[in-house]
Amino acid sequence: MQLQLLINQQQKNVDVEPDMPLLWVLRDHLGLTGTKYGCGMAQCGACTVHLDGSPVRSCVLPAQAAVGKSITTIEGLNSSTGKAVQKAWDDLNVVQCGFCQSGQIMAAAALLEQKPNPTDADIDNAMSGNICRCATYVRIRAGIHRAATLRVNTTISAEGLV
Amino acid sequence: MNATDVMPLESPARRNFLRTSIQAGVGLTIAITLPLPGCVTGRDTQTSATASEFAPNAFVRVAPDSTVTVMIKHLEMGQGAYTGLITLVAEEMDARWDQMVGENAPADATKYNNLSWGKAQGVGGSSGLSNSYRQMREAGAAARYLLVSAAAEQWQVSRDSIRVQNGTILHPPTGRNAEFGEFVMSAARQSLPDNIPLKDSSQFVYIGKNVPRKDTGKTDGTAIFTQDMRLPDMVTAVIAHPPRFGAKVQQVNDSAALNVPGVLAVVTVPSGVAVVAKDFWQAQKARNLLQIQWDESAAFSQSSEQLLQQYHAAAKQTGMVAAARGDIGKGFAQASKIIEATYEFPYLAHATLEPLNCVVHIRPDGVDVWNGCQMQSGDQDTLAKLLAVSPQSVNIHTLYAGGSFGRRANPVADYVVETAQIAKAYGKPVPVKLQWTRENDTRAGYYRPLYVHRLKAGLDKAGNILAWQHHIVGQSILKGTPFESMMVKNGIDGSSVEGASNLPYAIPNFQVELTTMDAGVPVLWWRSVGSTHNAYATEHFLDQLARAAGKDPVQYRLGLLQGHPRHAAVLKLTAEKAGWGRPLPNDTVQGVAVHESFHSYVAQVAQIKRQADGFRLEKIVCAVDCGVAVNPDVIRAQMEGGIGYGLSPALMSTITLSNGSVVQSNFHDYQVVRMKDMPTVDVHIMPSVEPPTGVGEPGTPVIAPAVANALLASTGKSYGKLPLAETFI
Ligand code: FES
Ligand code: FES
Repeated sequence: MQLQLLINQQQKNVDVEPDMPLLWVLRDHLGLTGTKYGCGMAQCGACTVHLDGSPVRSCVLPAQAAVGKSITTIEGLNSSTGKAVQKAWDDLNVVQCGFCQSGQIMAAAALLEQKPNPTDADIDNAMSGNICRCATYVRIRAGIHRAATLRVNTTISAEGLV
Repeated sequence: MNATDVMPLESPARRNFLRTSIQAGVGLTIAITLPLPGCVTGRDTQTSATASEFAPNAFVRVAPDSTVTVMIKHLEMGQGAYTGLITLVAEEMDARWDQMVGENAPADATKYNNLSWGKAQGVGGSSGLSNSYRQMREAGAAARYLLVSAAAEQWQVSRDSIRVQNGTILHPPTGRNAEFGEFVMSAARQSLPDNIPLKDSSQFVYIGKNVPRKDTGKTDGTAIFTQDMRLPDMVTAVIAHPPRFGAKVQQVNDSAALNVPGVLAVVTVPSGVAVVAKDFWQAQKARNLLQIQWDESAAFSQSSEQLLQQYHAAAKQTGMVAAARGDIGKGFAQASKIIEATYEFPYLAHATLEPLNCVVHIRPDGVDVWNGCQMQSGDQDTLAKLLAVSPQSVNIHTLYAGGSFGRRANPVADYVVETAQIAKAYGKPVPVKLQWTRENDTRAGYYRPLYVHRLKAGLDKAGNILAWQHHIVGQSILKGTPFESMMVKNGIDGSSVEGASNLPYAIPNFQVELTTMDAGVPVLWWRSVGSTHNAYATEHFLDQLARAAGKDPVQYRLGLLQGHPRHAAVLKLTAEKAGWGRPLPNDTVQGVAVHESFHSYVAQVAQIKRQADGFRLEKIVCAVDCGVAVNPDVIRAQMEGGIGYGLSPALMSTITLSNGSVVQSNFHDYQVVRMKDMPTVDVHIMPSVEPPTGVGEPGTPVIAPAVANALLASTGKSYGKLPLAETFI
């Protein structure tokens, strides 16, 4: 079935089965492989993308349900909050294997949009759906706090944070 | 894997290796180097050299734009292989950090073998940095030497008057300076002396400092994992495994599966039935519609409960002696107090976040494999045999792995072989990507084995340990694998007893026994291997003894560690940093453990707080001695991650068998540590001048006994099973 999806500010037409989850449309049909498959049942968060700004697990979201909404993937995370999260991650060497990190960053950016200065309890709540088997949790937490500070204290230029 | 036969860092074999590889590096004629065949990097496939580059040896290339590419011979699975190996090259080249990039080396054991494994390429046993420490420095020093010679020639000055600093070649007397890239052509004509001096540690600019990681692309989605491979004409396979280990396919009804749009074929392979389709979703949907009859006549059909009963019975007998000193009979006879304990450990899945996968392309003239490949030589040989081709024609393109923890280093290369079998059965000369579902990954075995331990100690009146008897019962990881002849000695699989047979404590009468059980459940090393269970059994038992002796657990250990200063030092440092012995709030207690694995020494203090609805794990203080700290920040990261990884089996993870079937299937029932479960972690690194040793594994085994010892301090109970029975919130 033909679907028109708005992904990273671009209209994309795909011809997929109606029950196909957004994750596989992104990965197998549009080549947006930054969003990962880890469990397929909303348990791990590796597939987290933004749907109208809210974090969703794309492995259980039928692509059809995303029609008419704005989808953002890690490849299109251009908001100042997103950039702040990525910079904080790089500054603190958060990643290890990296497989979970697209999902972590998407979840963290969504959290910061909602709560610019999250507490540790907010972080526990918002991030416990994102498994990191390398257990980079200590640094993800620190990264979120740092990104919160970066958002407030720095100006964002077109090229990113300065 | 065992890292016991690590080659001394200064060995002649190592030096010869480097000489040869430098000489073999085309006598340093400059190569118009093309990208190594199919060398896909995790970074960017397009930046592989197509212009003239200077390649003084198999590890370093310098491009005209001064980019220095380091060939990374070991899998990057998060442990920091890129950062670590690049640090060593950059150090000796005096390069600029931002001019350094990494690229996965091809599978070629003649150049990229693990020096602590002899002729094989691969990594494990936390050996990545230790085996490369001298080799990569020498590779960098050779590159620097040749570049300096080229500059000296061009500027008509002596080599001695030239300095290299932060990627710039300088001649201070004349003020001349240049970047590496300017000498790419002329450096290749220079010759190397026999002996290239390496830096003294006082001159280090990168070793021992914090640097940004070099496994890039992981924060913007551009890093390519096996899951992300897309190749022309590639098809995707999803497999149905039998519900019980050892079952065989009897009959398949695939008519419903074949009706799913996009499905190309259904093929039967020895390990199951695979659907080949255009994309994953179609393949998975069709896989779920397969009707398969399994022949379970030879299948494993026991339950964990039954295994535990058998293992407990075996533990009461005497096992094969793996280590002994003194006379335990005499020791027990003299003891005034006897303490006994048994411990149970379940099967564990590695549960890498990237479910296992592999891409195999069988071409008429060779085979290409894309995989987060941890043991290139083993996989290459296994595939060559399977497909009846030469090992050289199996091109392995190593990609970033979304975790491994030992799982991607399987001596029988299970999922790699499975992919090749599917590709072969499919029969078309196109790349086939096998993508396991999480359910495949959880249920297909190769688990950390289930174990039962029985311990007995005799104390004298003063609480001194007179005798210690430790019996380990479980499956052998190495039996029946190509590693058996090397690593199983006189019936003792060293990986079953490591961390127990070499217990550091001064105990006059000491015996460790092993009973190897056969169960048809596939098993494998799991981050820190034997120490995953041996550290818990020995360190939790030791705390029980300290309690029986009425002694402080830290002091009690220190009294027994006279001949082991590195254990004692990390223990003291951790205790001091954790404020051990200082008053704590009433509801808060600490537990301690210390353990050596892979030649690194780790001590941890776990602090827990009792609350109305359970315990809260507040913080972990960790000290590590891993020799020279090449990348302190990577070491800290590996301790944090190793602790988090070890916390899952300590608190919640279990694989259970019921009539031969695996009960768990996905993360809802194979529970792992999440953000809310993670305590703060405070890591301290011992200053050291000893050769560097591994950090990927040694942080993992210490956490479970540290937490159990904190519980013991709080409840007075010992904990005979993992995961721990108490509730953590
Ligand atoms: S893949 Fe969607 S939550 Fe795990
Ligand atoms: S970095 Fe490996 S799973 Fe998170």
